[in-house]
Amino acid sequence: MSLALSVRVKLSSVFTLDVTMTAPSGITILFGPSGSGKSTLLRSVAGLVRPDAGSIAIGNRILFDASSGRDLPVRQRRVGYVFQQLALFPHLSVGDNLAYGLQDRPAGVRREQACAIAESFRIQHVLSRRPDAISGGERQRAALARSLVTNPDVLLLDEPLSALDHATQSRIIDDLRAWNASHGIPILYVTHAHREVFALGDRVVVLDHGRIVANGIPHEVLDLPEHEGLARIAGFENVFDGVVTERRPDVGTMHCTLGGSATELEVPLARGELGAPVRVAVRAGDILLANEAPRGLSARNIIHGRVVSLVREGPTVVARVDTGVSFVVHVTPAAVEALGLAPGRQVWLIIKTYSCRIVST
Amino acid sequence: MDWTAIALSVRLAALVAAILLVLGLPIAYWLTFSRWRGKFAVEAVVALPLVLPPTVLGFYVLLAIGSRSPIGRLWTAWTGHGLAFTFEALVLASILYSLPFAVQPMSAAFAQLDRSLLDASATLGAGRWRTFARVVLPLSVEGVIAGLVLSFAHTLGEFGVVLMVGGNLPGVTRTVSIAIYDQVQSLQYDAANRTAFALLAFSFLVLTLVYALLRKPWAVAPLR
Repeated sequence: MSLALSVRVKLSSVFTLDVTMTAPSGITILFGPSGSGKSTLLRSVAGLVRPDAGSIAIGNRILFDASSGRDLPVRQRRVGYVFQQLALFPHLSVGDNLAYGLQDRPAGVRREQACAIAESFRIQHVLSRRPDAISGGERQRAALARSLVTNPDVLLLDEPLSALDHATQSRIIDDLRAWNASHGIPILYVTHAHREVFALGDRVVVLDHGRIVANGIPHEVLDLPEHEGLARIAGFENVFDGVVTERRPDVGTMHCTLGGSATELEVPLARGELGAPVRVAVRAGDILLANEAPRGLSARNIIHGRVVSLVREGPTVVARVDTGVSFVVHVTPAAVEALGLAPGRQVWLIIKTYSCRIVST
Repeated sequence: MDWTAIALSVRLAALVAAILLVLGLPIAYWLTFSRWRGKFAVEAVVALPLVLPPTVLGFYVLLAIGSRSPIGRLWTAWTGHGLAFTFEALVLASILYSLPFAVQPMSAAFAQLDRSLLDASATLGAGRWRTFARVVLPLSVEGVIAGLVLSFAHTLGEFGVVLMVGGNLPGVTRTVSIAIYDQVQSLQYDAANRTAFALLAFSFLVLTLVYALLRKPWAVAPLR
């Protein structure tokens, strides 16, 4: 079974979601910055938002079709939806939450199915407790189980695991994959975390400003961004305009200067004649820092600069380094301490040739 | 002490609170969840009794149910006697007068609900009725009780509206507040004191009980 949709939703005078895509069975990641329209897309599949145009179908069951005026009510769509805040009913026990979607079935069947799904997601031991009396991971599991107990035709997940630690996250995903091995429904998984894209996705669809800017296998889409917008979404914090100064087809590289400065980078060979403009993207996390000139490295780019600022953001320190152009580098707080980094200190940036991507404008 | 008046007041307040529970829930639900643009006008109408002098409200109700009005004539044709200066007239006027005291706590409670719970209910196959019965109502029960109690207490203490549409007929329309007023007018301060104190004690008791039950203090006025 697969989900096919083509929708246009006008959300404001300046923002329109306009997306055409299909999602086969398995996990499809919807990835993009906040405000890119990911949640709106989920809500229109569920029927919580009515598109202005287009159609939505699961297999040959049509949920919405603007031209024929068909618009199935939410409760008849057979979609499982896990909300960002989970939306477990706080006044019902976990067991009653699970059974909520089974109201039209006899009590015995209801209990049996609720227990079966609880077992699949390892929450049998908390069935009698209220949602506020169980752990965060158990709540996520309960929300997931509740949305699947009705055997929906499609599962919609709106950043359901972003609040959990990575180990808990991947255990839950393993259980979800195990469940879906026997059900084979399409799962749309919304996230704005790169890590989750690589960890979970069979396929990724990248949304920006309400449009699909890329889709495919995560490593292909996000490691080789085709253009600048995608590069920024995919977490390439450094994007520079440069000029090709030397081409080395024999070793598969070329050199370019960045932003009109003397800063030169060796990058993978790409199209672009001598003197042609290129755009180079580098992830902040792919750059090494040294507090003295390093020697004997395989990395081809060693660039001298000065630390401009250091800002702590959660577990990483965001360093800005001026080399003639301004680089953003992610380092750990421990590294800052060990290297004695401080604004004004001189440093050397170390960048592998293949950490540099050429993107089109 | 005027036990007849006290019994009449309690009967009136209980009846009005019960009717307002049935009437207030759908109004509050509609006011909270409707996306109609003209909704604010209805909100204003519901809130009117909060700011209107009771005499003004009473006066218009009296006109509306008078023997020359369509409602008054219909009532006369149906029951054989006029509507003004009857217990039924008091009930009608009190419903209007206490409406905001029932509706506002209820709709405030509905408005505080996490909307994603309602969305979740819908994706789990529940229609509007089931969502209301199983999610909205249980999670708003404090607001509903507050609305019920406030409309009861407010009806118990009303004076101006009762005087306008009910007059002062012992056993029919003479409520506690009217009885107290009468007693003071005829300089029976002892009697007035006893009745007034009974009303004060009763109101205090009811409110204390409710607040203790809810443990989530409402503002003195039931406004959002």
